[in-house]
Amino acid sequence: MIRVVLPGHLRALARVSAEVQIDVKGPVTQRSVLDALEAQYPMLRGTIRDHVTHERRPFLRFFACEEDYSLEPPDAPLPESVASGAEPLLIIGAIAGG
Amino acid sequence: MSGVRVLVGTRKGAFVLTSDGKRQRWDVSGPHFAGWEIYHLKGSPVDPHRLYASQCSGWFGQIIQRSDDGGKTWTQPGTPPGERTTPEGMPKGESNKFVYDTSSGTGKPLTTHQWYDGTQHPWEFKRVWHLEPSPTNPDTVYAGVEDAGLFRSTDGGQNWQELAGLRGHGTGPKWQPGAGGMCLHTVILDPSNPQRIYIAISAAGAFRTDDGGKTWRPINKGLHSQYIPDPNAEIGHCVHHVAIHRSRPNVLFMQKHWDVMRSDNAGDSWHEVSGNLPTDFGFVIDVHAHEPETIYVVPIKSDGEHFPPDGKLRVYRSRAGGNEWEALTKGLPQDNCYVNVLRDAMAVDSLDKCGVYFGTTGGQVYASADAGDSWTPIVQHLPGVLSVEVQTLP
Repeated sequence: MIRVVLPGHLRALARVSAEVQIDVKGPVTQRSVLDALEAQYPMLRGTIRDHVTHERRPFLRFFACEEDYSLEPPDAPLPESVASGAEPLLIIGAIAGG
Repeated sequence: MSGVRVLVGTRKGAFVLTSDGKRQRWDVSGPHFAGWEIYHLKGSPVDPHRLYASQCSGWFGQIIQRSDDGGKTWTQPGTPPGERTTPEGMPKGESNKFVYDTSSGTGKPLTTHQWYDGTQHPWEFKRVWHLEPSPTNPDTVYAGVEDAGLFRSTDGGQNWQELAGLRGHGTGPKWQPGAGGMCLHTVILDPSNPQRIYIAISAAGAFRTDDGGKTWRPINKGLHSQYIPDPNAEIGHCVHHVAIHRSRPNVLFMQKHWDVMRSDNAGDSWHEVSGNLPTDFGFVIDVHAHEPETIYVVPIKSDGEHFPPDGKLRVYRSRAGGNEWEALTKGLPQDNCYVNVLRDAMAVDSLDKCGVYFGTTGGQVYASADAGDSWTPIVQHLPGVLSVEVQTLP
């Protein structure tokens, strides 16, 4: 199981309380994790990446194992500790006021 | 006894204010969607339990919410609580997907518009400013969006299709964003003619279709805007809001950036009716529910100073369809008031006497149960109010 931690507003939107766990078939990448996340929680479609281009929304970043993976190619493998479920993938909103 | 439900969109959530027909005691529910910008929410004229809401965020984009119980509970259309995907594993909901139509069959592919610096800029979807439910079908609803475009759903908000003839009709490259973005903020469905729709865009102007949205034409003749290179141009006017009385859909009232305007021929031509207003800059304009010649505005000092003149919050009412205005001040703050009233933040109910409501950027929602003669705050400390709509309940 892959663990994903969502920002607070998206937890409310998906009606989940803490981190979510999802099944990912095949290589564990940003794209495969987000595909699986959106399939399990379709209300999140368009909130993390664009509906059409699937580009990451500009005020969101992806972290894992204290590293920033936001600018990595979407099909690049995520760390083994994320793939094994030892560490979560963190989806974090920019600190931009509000 | 009949009652009213006031739907308030704010910068940090939605609030639903309800009262009986006396409109003296109010129940307040909310915040719904706490922490999100709620640009607009509005109820279906044919099913008062059916509400649509535009929820958005600079971080997470656009969400459409729907309630089928008058705002008690909400869902994203097509994605009921507890249900996830179809048996094929595909997401059910496409309710948040607003994609500009680039198909060749609908006239024009994705075009460009004018950017602040005069260069051309591609259309980029940002948010839904206004939701306008059909007067005949609760599952049909229109969405005016930024960057300016008009979308329609015929399945209760589950899927949205652009009426691309508007954006692609030819003048699009001359449209430009106002300070709030290039927003399509006004959608008026002619109650007597289902083929006719009026819309308005900042800063492009007003447009009309007479064929259900396939083709459009600008209706800005008579508008005069000194802040654009050609003050009498066909396109480029910063229209802030337009209102009609449903008994006379050919008579339009407009609050422009500067100037209060009137058209008696469905927008074919306009004339100014600012008359004795202390300033004719402002955002809101609305029409009394039972008196088609009685209109309301809230004058704002200037485009550079978005607050009432002299720190006095005054609604102005004309009973003559413009030109002759009276200040309505009873119950409104008359000193040190520096709030604004945004373009979609005024509405009327259809009780007798007509109720008038407006919300401020300071978080107050004022109500008048006597057509504006006196005012009382329903709530005083909400987040900044973006929109106010009213439902008159049976």
